[in-house]
Amino acid sequence: MTRISISRRGFTGSLLAATALSACAVQSEAPAKARVVVIGGGFGGATAAKFLRLEDPGISVTLIEPKSEFQTCPGSNYVLGGLKRMSDITHTYAAMTGRHGVRHVRDMAVAVDPVTRTVRTAGGQSFGYDRLVVSPGIDIRWGAINGYDEAASLRMPHSWQAGPQTVLLRQQLEAMPDGGVVALSIPANPFRCPPGPYERISMIANYLKTTKPRSKILALDSKDAFSKQPLFQDGWAALYPGLIEWVPLGKDGKIVEVVPGEMTLVSEFGQKHKVAVANVIPPQFAGKIARDAGLANEQGWCPVDPFTFESQRHKAIHVIGDASIAGAMPKSGFAASSQAKFVARAIAASINGQPAEAPVYANTCYSLVGPDYGISVADIYRSTAQGIVAVQGAGGVSPRTPPDAPAHRHLEAVYTHGWYASATREIWGS
Amino acid sequence: MTRPIRATLLALAAIAAASPAFAQSPVPTSGRTLAATCTGCHGPAGRSAGEIPSINGRTETQLAQAMLDFKNDRRPATVMNRHAKGFSDAEIAAIAKEISANWR
Repeated sequence: MTRISISRRGFTGSLLAATALSACAVQSEAPAKARVVVIGGGFGGATAAKFLRLEDPGISVTLIEPKSEFQTCPGSNYVLGGLKRMSDITHTYAAMTGRHGVRHVRDMAVAVDPVTRTVRTAGGQSFGYDRLVVSPGIDIRWGAINGYDEAASLRMPHSWQAGPQTVLLRQQLEAMPDGGVVALSIPANPFRCPPGPYERISMIANYLKTTKPRSKILALDSKDAFSKQPLFQDGWAALYPGLIEWVPLGKDGKIVEVVPGEMTLVSEFGQKHKVAVANVIPPQFAGKIARDAGLANEQGWCPVDPFTFESQRHKAIHVIGDASIAGAMPKSGFAASSQAKFVARAIAASINGQPAEAPVYANTCYSLVGPDYGISVADIYRSTAQGIVAVQGAGGVSPRTPPDAPAHRHLEAVYTHGWYASATREIWGS
Repeated sequence: MTRPIRATLLALAAIAAASPAFAQSPVPTSGRTLAATCTGCHGPAGRSAGEIPSINGRTETQLAQAMLDFKNDRRPATVMNRHAKGFSDAEIAAIAKEISANWR
């Protein structure tokens, strides 16, 4: 009963429900003023879990994430390019559980009941929540490209979720003979990490240039324009002349079918590209748990309140990161972490009966065009009733012709690694 | 990246659309919340883990002046000029106050 006296407003009902559920819940901690469950231990979820505890240690936080180690998509292109090893992009939850008192449940969330406010896992555990943060990232839309299923991804890796897929593509690049063609199939918007495919092209080009200089990259795009396009194309012309062919949608760049056994990609208008290595980055949608919980729209992404990231479909559930529809914010790790910090604060404020602050979010996406050639896009975001918007007159991309271009690109390459070090320390390392 | 003049900032408190779970109007963003946007690059409590400069242990005046100089393109930068333009002068003052007071 003491719990109820601490809570305010709409929490009373949920706490009563939670009390009723406590018999089947596995948690046996001292009574917390509220229980928050976080699904997903990536940039969004891990940040949310840690910052909820920093905001208010009276809130119990349970992170449901099957992995014991997390490998980041940011940085995975540097593994492909040979600049980094997998261990460089691998992080654990030790600080989160040890220093911050987050309870890490190594299990997969498979169902959410928004009425009883309960999460169920593949291992049969149940967790009641007062607030739920859903940060599952993306899933691959198997079959959206004809013939591209899970088996096909072992011949033609997507490598769009870091881990074994990253290692596989790297191995294929290493095994490829000099003179081969590396193809990338790139999806239409929206998808995880808008500049990611183009940084990947750059990193693979850097590897080929230095080790297999007779090889080529064929980038088959389902779009006619892409993030930081002039900056990337300037860099490609300067660093990798003749090595990269980018084929936009308007020139039949869209791949609609793959034949893994023949290492062939088939375009919308029937062109067949037989290649040595194929990196198929397919269309995506919100992670399965978000879709199964009824949080996604017909396109497979989750509409949220722009002020709180609370789901527009179910109360007391906040969807953050790549799975959410966040207006002008890109699907990036930086954006997910920025959203998570604010949402953690908003949830803690709500639990403590304090008013929410007007949101502010940030994003900076660094990309390496070459090991010593960095570019970025940055923005500050605010919430409006119509959605999240970038602050006008601020943000934007790196200058195309800075006064001292080599120094500028060098410094942004240094800061690319600097951002990664600080961001991952903030989330997993401290 | 051409956007009309920034106008949203002050309008936000007025807009403050009713959110189902957070019935009250949002209050202005605190220095603490604003400064949380810095740590993604500058590290927890402004202590950088890499080559990006740390921003802890500086005076309020130093921090505010640096941000205003970035905002008004009086100081060369890679990305900070783009970020600083996203904040009002009052918000920059609040960020400087928060960091100088609490990030050691």
